[in-house]
Order: sequence, then C-alpha cells, then structure tokens
Amino acid sequence: MNRILIVAEHAGGMLNAAVAKCVSCAASVPDAEITIAVFAADGAAVAQAAASIMGVARVLLVDHAANEPALAAVLAPQVARLAEGHSHVFGPSTTFGKDLMPRVAALLDAAHVSDVMSVESAQRFRRPVYAGNAIVTVEAAAGEPIVATVRVASYQPAAQGGSAKIESVKLDLAPPTHTRFVSVSAARSDRPDLQTASRVVSGGRALGSVENFALIQGLADRIGAAIGASRAAVDAGYAPNELQVGQTGKIIAPELYIAIGISGAIQHLTGIKDARTIVAINKDAEAPIFEVADYGLVGDLFALIPEIEKNL
Amino acid sequence: MRRILVGIKRVIDYNVRIRVRPDGSGVVTDGVKMSINPFDEIALEEALRIKERGDADEVVAVGLGPDDTQQQLRTALAMGADRAILVRTDLAVEPPVVARVMLKLIQTESPIMVILGKQAIDDDCNQVGQMLAAIWNRPQATCASKVVIEGGKARVTREVDAGLETIEVDLPAVLTADLRLNEPRYVKLPDIMKAKKKPLDITDLATIGVEATPRLKILKYEPPQQRQKGVIVKDAAELVAALRQKGLV
Ligand SMILES: Cc1cc2nc3c(=O)[nH]c(=O)nc-3n(C[C@H](O)[C@H](O)[C@H](O)COP(=O)(O)OP(=O)(O)OC[C@H]3O[C@@H](n4cnc5c(N)ncnc54)[C@H](O)[C@@H]3O)c2cc1C
Ligand SMILES: Nc1ncnc2c1ncn2[C@@H]1O[C@H](COP(=O)(O)O)[C@@H](O)[C@H]1O
Repeated sequence: MNRILIVAEHAGGMLNAAVAKCVSCAASVPDAEITIAVFAADGAAVAQAAASIMGVARVLLVDHAANEPALAAVLAPQVARLAEGHSHVFGPSTTFGKDLMPRVAALLDAAHVSDVMSVESAQRFRRPVYAGNAIVTVEAAAGEPIVATVRVASYQPAAQGGSAKIESVKLDLAPPTHTRFVSVSAARSDRPDLQTASRVVSGGRALGSVENFALIQGLADRIGAAIGASRAAVDAGYAPNELQVGQTGKIIAPELYIAIGISGAIQHLTGIKDARTIVAINKDAEAPIFEVADYGLVGDLFALIPEIEKNL
Repeated sequence: MRRILVGIKRVIDYNVRIRVRPDGSGVVTDGVKMSINPFDEIALEEALRIKERGDADEVVAVGLGPDDTQQQLRTALAMGADRAILVRTDLAVEPPVVARVMLKLIQTESPIMVILGKQAIDDDCNQVGQMLAAIWNRPQATCASKVVIEGGKARVTREVDAGLETIEVDLPAVLTADLRLNEPRYVKLPDIMKAKKKPLDITDLATIGVEATPRLKILKYEPPQQRQKGVIVKDAAELVAALRQKGLV
C-alpha cells in the first residue's frame, strides 16, 4: 500500500483547483490510499471541498490561527509531522507548493521530486529539466519517503462526488515566529483565472504600451478568455507579474492559447507546451512561435486584432 | 562583519539550444557556452546593492561544482563580490547536498543572509533555498522581487501566483531571487583585472565533510514530445473559421 498525503492549497475559503489535479497524480501511483491535509485557521469549508474529490480516502483538518495566511516556515513542521506513516507527500507545483514542499522534504530527509509530469511506478517519475527541453526519468530508493510537487498542467482534475471522512487533528507544535505575513496584493478581476481557463490570450513586447495592451483584454473578453503575457510585456509594465506565462511564470494547459506579438522564446514556450491548440500572430514570419503554432497568422497585430473581432 | 553568502551555479547558458544526447545519458555539453545561472546573477546583484546601501559589509560568492566553476566565480568577483569559495566536485550534486554544503559554510562564515537563485535553469528544481532554510532552522523568503533590510529584519516582496506577497523575516534568513528583483550590472574590463587579485579559496566536498550520495537516480534523459508544426492561415477570417470549426470560439 502506498499512503499518499496531499497538502491542500486554498485561499479565501476556496480549495485551489490544483488539489484535484494532485489527486489525479496520486491516483496514478499503484495501490494508493490518498489523504488530503488541510491547514487553515478555520478550514471546515475547504475540508468539505477536499472530501468531495473522488478517490480521496480521508481528509485531515488542522485548524490553527497561525495557519492562515499560509507561510512555508509555519506549515512545513506540521506537514512533516502528519507525513509520518506516509510513503509520499505531494503538493501542487504552484508558488505555494514550490515554497513549502522542499522545506518539508528537508525536514523529513526525504527525496524530493519537483514537477512530476508522470508516475512510472511508486518510486519512478518523469519530470522536465532545462526549461522543458529534456525530460528525465528519476527513481528514488524503495522504502524511502518521497516528497514531490505535481506539475499541474500535466493532469486533469479528479472528478467530484467523493465523500471522504474528515478528521480534526491537533498538533502540539509551537509555530515559529521568525516569519510574519504582511500583505498580499492580488489584482481582482472578473476574468477567468489564467491557470484554469480553457482559453488564454497573451500579449508580448509588441503591444508597446499599457494602453495598447487593452487590445488583448478586448479580444480576451470577446471570447471569454483569461489574459496572459510574456516576460517582456510584464517587465515593461504592460501587465502585472501574475499574468506571466513561461518557465518562471505560469505553466498552463488551456484548450486554446493565442500568442500575440510574442516571439516564442524557449522560456515562454515552456509555459504553453501542453496547450491543446496554439495560435500565433506575429509580423515576423520567421518568429520561433510559428514552430509550435497550430495556426499562424503573419501580419501586424494592430490591424489583425480588429479583423478577428469583426469575424467573431 | 555583516556578511552575505551568494550561491553561484555554473550552468549551460540560457541562450544555448539544449540537445539530449542520443544515448539518453544527458544533454550535450561539449563546446557549449557556460554561464552563471541567471537567477544567481540577480541574487549577487541584490547582495551587492544591499552592501552598497550600507546594510552589509562583505559579499561572498559560493560555487559547488567542477574546477571550471572558477570562471563563474571570477565573473562574480568582477561584478563586485569580495571573495569566493569553490567547493570542488565532479559529481552532479542534488539540492539537498548543495543545502548541506551551504550550511557547513554558514557555520564558519556566520552570514546575516544567504541569497540564492529561485531555481537553477538546468535542473529547474527550485529547492535549495527552502531546504537550506529548513536545516538551518531559519526563515525563508523565496521568489523575492523586492528586499528592504531594517533593524535585523528583512521585508521581502515575493512573486506568488496571486500577485505580490510581502512577508517580514528575522535575520539571518535565506532569500531566493526572482527575475524582477533587479537588473544585474555589466562587468567592465577594469573590474575583470581587479577580480584576478581577489581571494578565491578552493576546497572540496570531503574536506567540508559532506557526502554527495544521490537520493534520486537519473535513469534517462529524453527529448520532449515535439509539437506538430501547424498551418499558416491567410487572414483573420480564415483563422476564425478554423477555430470555429474546432469549437474553440
Ligand atoms: C531565466 C529566464 C527565465 C525567463 N522566463 C520567462 C518566462 O517565464 N516567460 C517569458 O515569456 N519569458 C521568459 N524569459 C524571457 C524570454 O527569454 C524572452 O526574452 C521573452 O519571452 C520575450 O518576450 P516577447 O516575445 O514579448 O518579446 P520579443 O522577443 O521582443 O518579441 C516580440 C515579437 O513581437 C513581434 N512584433 C513586433 N511588432 C509587431 C506587430 N506590430 N504585430 C505583430 N507582431 C509584432 C516581433 O516580430 C517579435 O517576434 C526568461 C528569460 C530568462 C533568461
Ligand atoms: N552547485 C551549486 N553551486 C552553487 N549554488 C547552487 C548550486 N546548485 C544550486 N545552487 C543555488 O541554489 C539555487 C536553486 O537551485 P535549485 O534548487 O537546484 O533549482 C540556485 O539558483 C543557486 O543559487
């Protein structure tokens, strides 16, 4: 039996969609028994959402005032404690999971696999390296605990409809006080979330200004898409950092990805490899983005975006 | 002495097109340009700025790797690091080993801060900083995009999925640098000359007392699945028609 503990990411009382994807990954480990751990200040609703994911055997709820907002230094010792008796501890490869899981692995002195894209056996995993330009198969020694982050773009969410039992757990651990949350600035928008949207329209350096970037927003709104951006567009201030797509931004897998005025640098392509259909609009017919695009349109974006909208 | 340790990893330059060796044993490295991991350059730049603002006295660049890592450490010295330490090994070292080496050096150097890159662009692990903070039992502030030091504390703005998060950590602490933390300075010729005279101490894993036993065996490298090259459509109308046919718009 492989006993897998998944650390739930959540905010504002909502379970992050990445958790159901971690469940899919965990379910692909042979003979898996899946537990989700929810660390929260008042996590009843989140625990309920976790319990309704199909394939989950139980949910452990650790309510403590120090657990929200989530800080890796506060959560890691608690995860390590709950990890006892588990063969694997999984978290999503989001900024939350990437911050937390290596700290957990070090406390457990466990092997740590980042960005699992497929499970080959209970000890064997495939993961991308070199910005996705190579895939390695790695193997941990049998019998050793394994900590991993799950590359969320590689998995579909597990279905709803489960009814796992929820257990409240008290851990007598004094949370460290050396790390304090100050604030988070998250631009709220009514648009679909970049990481879960089925359609994404992204703009690059070619947009040239914040004002022009509104063209991307206009098109995105027309087709109900989320907005993304290249690093160059974010660095230039046309779009906020959380919209960056790529190696150091978000790795996404929408049904439709439209890249406008983006050259297609390898670090950007890393973020969109799993998109079902890629559309590229670029005035340079030699731009590398066309190497990966299912549909390419060569021309000036300022003329083409209105044309597209007219045809919709 | 208020000291900052910075991790400098030697990696294949980010502009090089990576090719997997046909036998799956790794990627092609012969004759390939090597550089400082881009995030480490940013980490070093931040350490230098902290020192220049008067919040630190000395910046020490630390590299773990083969003898040739001296090249990257010399570049770090030319950028402005005061001295460098090479921990020599020809083995491929995993993040937990790097973390343990850093911890050993912390015990002799007593830094107020360790600044690393958020990830190495070869293994893309994004692990060392968090692991070091754990075994050192100190705070971590990963993916930093702004750092302000004040009265034994660092206020760090972090790039997170939701946007920007600010946390406060007591020093000493481990920070990891994200892309927008700063723009690293260019190295000028006189700096390269000056760097030749700066101290670069060389030691090795055995002397430091850390074993490099890998936790994960790499069984093989494969090239990623290639996407099929698609079609060039002639105009917007044809594009929309194609997308509509596929039910995408
Ligand atoms: C360590 C590291 C990590 C990185 N991580 C990321 C990442 O996560 N995400 C990311 O995106 N980048 C990342 N980068 C940066 C990446 O290398 C590129 O610099 C960046 O993606 C370029 O953005 P761009 O395509 O918008 O700009 P450019 O490369 O400048 O491309 C602009 C494109 O617009 C086209 N164009 C110009 N005018 C028009 C017009 N009027 N109509 C149509 N087309 C036009 C041009 O032909 C060109 O192809 C990273 C780099 C490093 C070193
Ligand atoms: N061999 C090394 N020598 C020096 N620093 C390293 C080494 N490996 C990793 N690091 C540091 O740890 C960071 C994160 O690496 P990783 O966890 O491998 O992605 C890098 O950006 C470096 O700052």
